[in-house]
Amino acid sequence: MRYTMRAILSAATLAGIASTSAPAFAADEVNIYSYRQPFLIQPLLDAFTAETGVKTNVVFASKGLGERIAAEGENSPADVLLTVDIGRLDGAKQLGVTQPVNSDVVTENIPSQFRDPEGHWVGLTNRARVIYASRDRVDQDSITYEELSDPKWKGRLCTRSGQHVYTIGLIASMVAHHGAEETEEWLAGVRDNLARKPAGNDRAQVKAIYAGECDISLGNTYYMGKMETNDKEPEQKEWAKSVRILFPNSDDRGSHVNLAGIVLTKHAPNKDNAVKLIEFLTSAKAQEIYAETNFEYPVTPGVAVSERVQSWGELKPDSLSLSDIAENRKTASELVDKVGFDDGPAS
Amino acid sequence: MPRPLHMTNAERFWQSGAILIAVLVLFPLLAILWIAMSPTGDVWEHLINTVLPRSLRTTLLLMAGVGFFTTVVGVGTAWLTTMCRFPGQRIFDWALLIPLAVPTYIIAFAYVEVLDYTGPVQSGLRALFGFKTSRDYWFPEIRSLGGAIFVMSAVLYPYVYLTTRASFLVQSASVLDVSRTLGASPWRVFLRIALPLSRPAAAVGVSLALMECLNDIGAVTFFGVKTLTFSVYDTWLNRSSLSGAAQLALAMLLMVFLLLWLERFGRRKQRFDNGNAKQRHPARFTLTGWRAGGAFVLCLLPIALGFLIPASLLADRASRRLDDLWAGPLAGAIWNSLSLATIAAVLTVLLSLSLAYALRLNKTPVLMLGVRLASVGYAIPGTVLAVGILVPMAAFDNFIDAQMKAAFGFGTGLLLLGSGVGLVYAYMVRFLAVSYGQVEGGFGKISTHLDMASRTLGRDASQTLGQIHLPLLRPVLLSALLLTFVDCMKELPATILLRPFNFETLATTVFEAASREAFEEAALPSLAIVIVGLLPVVYLARTSAESFRTKRSSRKRSLAA
Repeated sequence: MRYTMRAILSAATLAGIASTSAPAFAADEVNIYSYRQPFLIQPLLDAFTAETGVKTNVVFASKGLGERIAAEGENSPADVLLTVDIGRLDGAKQLGVTQPVNSDVVTENIPSQFRDPEGHWVGLTNRARVIYASRDRVDQDSITYEELSDPKWKGRLCTRSGQHVYTIGLIASMVAHHGAEETEEWLAGVRDNLARKPAGNDRAQVKAIYAGECDISLGNTYYMGKMETNDKEPEQKEWAKSVRILFPNSDDRGSHVNLAGIVLTKHAPNKDNAVKLIEFLTSAKAQEIYAETNFEYPVTPGVAVSERVQSWGELKPDSLSLSDIAENRKTASELVDKVGFDDGPAS
Repeated sequence: MPRPLHMTNAERFWQSGAILIAVLVLFPLLAILWIAMSPTGDVWEHLINTVLPRSLRTTLLLMAGVGFFTTVVGVGTAWLTTMCRFPGQRIFDWALLIPLAVPTYIIAFAYVEVLDYTGPVQSGLRALFGFKTSRDYWFPEIRSLGGAIFVMSAVLYPYVYLTTRASFLVQSASVLDVSRTLGASPWRVFLRIALPLSRPAAAVGVSLALMECLNDIGAVTFFGVKTLTFSVYDTWLNRSSLSGAAQLALAMLLMVFLLLWLERFGRRKQRFDNGNAKQRHPARFTLTGWRAGGAFVLCLLPIALGFLIPASLLADRASRRLDDLWAGPLAGAIWNSLSLATIAAVLTVLLSLSLAYALRLNKTPVLMLGVRLASVGYAIPGTVLAVGILVPMAAFDNFIDAQMKAAFGFGTGLLLLGSGVGLVYAYMVRFLAVSYGQVEGGFGKISTHLDMASRTLGRDASQTLGQIHLPLLRPVLLSALLLTFVDCMKELPATILLRPFNFETLATTVFEAASREAFEEAALPSLAIVIVGLLPVVYLARTSAESFRTKRSSRKRSLAA
């Protein structure tokens, strides 16, 4: 019968897929679940493999990897989980899928404010959330997050969704500094200053400044580097030229920084290699790659930021503890809904 | 129809097989239910007070808009291409399906590029009128509810087109011819006869389109349209309550269930089969002059909006980095996408066939409920469903592993999840609704008199399926296969979360590029999805059209003889 034939054929192909893609549990491997894009971590992983001979396997997703590790349980192939913000680091710990990293190398490389006190997560880079300001239409050289609710910015501010992890991180830091009530008032003020409904990504906001739709926008610093060095889409270099970066609150507590980091999974099958990888990522060599190719801020003291990053100005990071930010994320997310931030300016 | 109490062996086989399938497909739903049971804290107070009133309204408006436009465009063009003759009609017949191959997250991106300040439209306007900045003129914002309705309708109308077209094709010619003989105008035939007769088919198509727009997260995020699905993810990711998110997802499901039930309730007393199995294409209305021109434009417009415009933008961006094409990863991704989608589509259609046939044999209440539940999984936000799929699969894998360790001293690890099998299962669960609706609709068109005749003549239930139903169902099975294949190609959330190490498909390649905001790099793999999805669309659409043409000509031949 034709249909039986078809079923046999597909079963055979299935088996084929299964056999080619099943991870081989060879000794010299480390399995990575990553919320960070493979493109960004590949240079680091290549350097790691060159140095140690340990092969790396990656699954990349934007959500649900913690839940996947939890469901897979003791048989989970994942050794480490890489994340882009503090919320996910803390979330993995809460889910109970982590174990402490016991490594003197890591303790020595990473200052204690960038590590979980119990060792369940380790920070790898700092990412500052700053203001992109139009070169033509904004004169002031300094700015604060607080003044974003000042009516002088009415119709001049652009940002991505309030529910994006980066925005949530910033709002959570405002809650930590000023309390929920004051932050709600502030957030409503910021909403009233929006030039348009929050949508698109950080780069799209810079494009909007270039287009004249708004004068300032919120964004992470490294997008500046990505636009300035984009040879395939040279028009993005024009967008970058139309703006400059202002580091908010430089004169007081400093700019909000979020942390990208890594956790060691509870049942890591290649634990030794995983610890080796974590130690490598905190080393000066790896931190330099982060600084040079990703335009991020290293967390290891003594590793300088890249020249390009230096050219944007001096970052003074807010010393607020990361667990305070993680704790206030839920409140931040609720406030965003409450003031209808993502509905945009009241018309 | 034989009564359930006196099932033959063959019937019992179909019945138990179908129950097994339904249970298998229901597992992830049960897992989500289980997740939803754990305590949620104060999540709901926040949802009810601040989120739901707004997002419910947005979602309903989005669904109403997409429902309206997909119906009008889908049914209208299906009528034109099947019942009228005008220049280009043969090409439109299959070309109208093409936008189906364009994922919503890609078309959303493309239209932002086209209509944005730096895009060709606004640049042209500025050059034409001498505007300097965007403050000098008004231009509609594509990142809005209206924009979302527009882009979603532009790529989802083919669901309605495909299902209604199939129904127009098999509508008894005699009914239409009789109405024309009795003096009904073309409009009257359309409105009073053909339209009501095709209602079940259109309902299937529209409900697919609506479920897809309900579970969409790519386009709505990009456009900042806060639907219920948006709130599901906020609840899970920003307020760390997966159980709250699961509850919200289930509440959405209830909404879909209600909608489908209402539609079915509305036509509960009606039968839509032909009364006889003779299928003959009714005479076409020949259009001339402005009518022909109008029909031409009406059919061209949806293709231009849903395919030509976004695809030419993608082609432009992709042409800047053609060298990527020869890089290993893309070729591997194409192969992975193709093979996975093919296997999953074939299996899914086989499952649908089994379920639909078992139900045709014996409408037992248990099975009916199981099938209904199993086919609304489509409306669940993809990543939540993926988490629901993870739970039973990992439990199964760990169980086998433990058994093997106990019996033989070595473990099997994650047998299904660690391989591509998990993905195939996910696709089957997610897209059962897509193919089941088609197959069920196809069975509905076949008169039960045929079953009775076949059984009276000594064929058992399985032989009847093979010898009577399968040949008659061929066009329907093809279109079910086509829809499922294309959906599997485009599928993103489950593929991302469930794939094994170092395994990329076209969709995940697009996602990877999009996630680091390098949309221009996403253009080539996006185009590849569209083109690879296009080939079967064109092939299957042409075969299904031809199968009717050959039927006609063979009939002519037999008349001539």
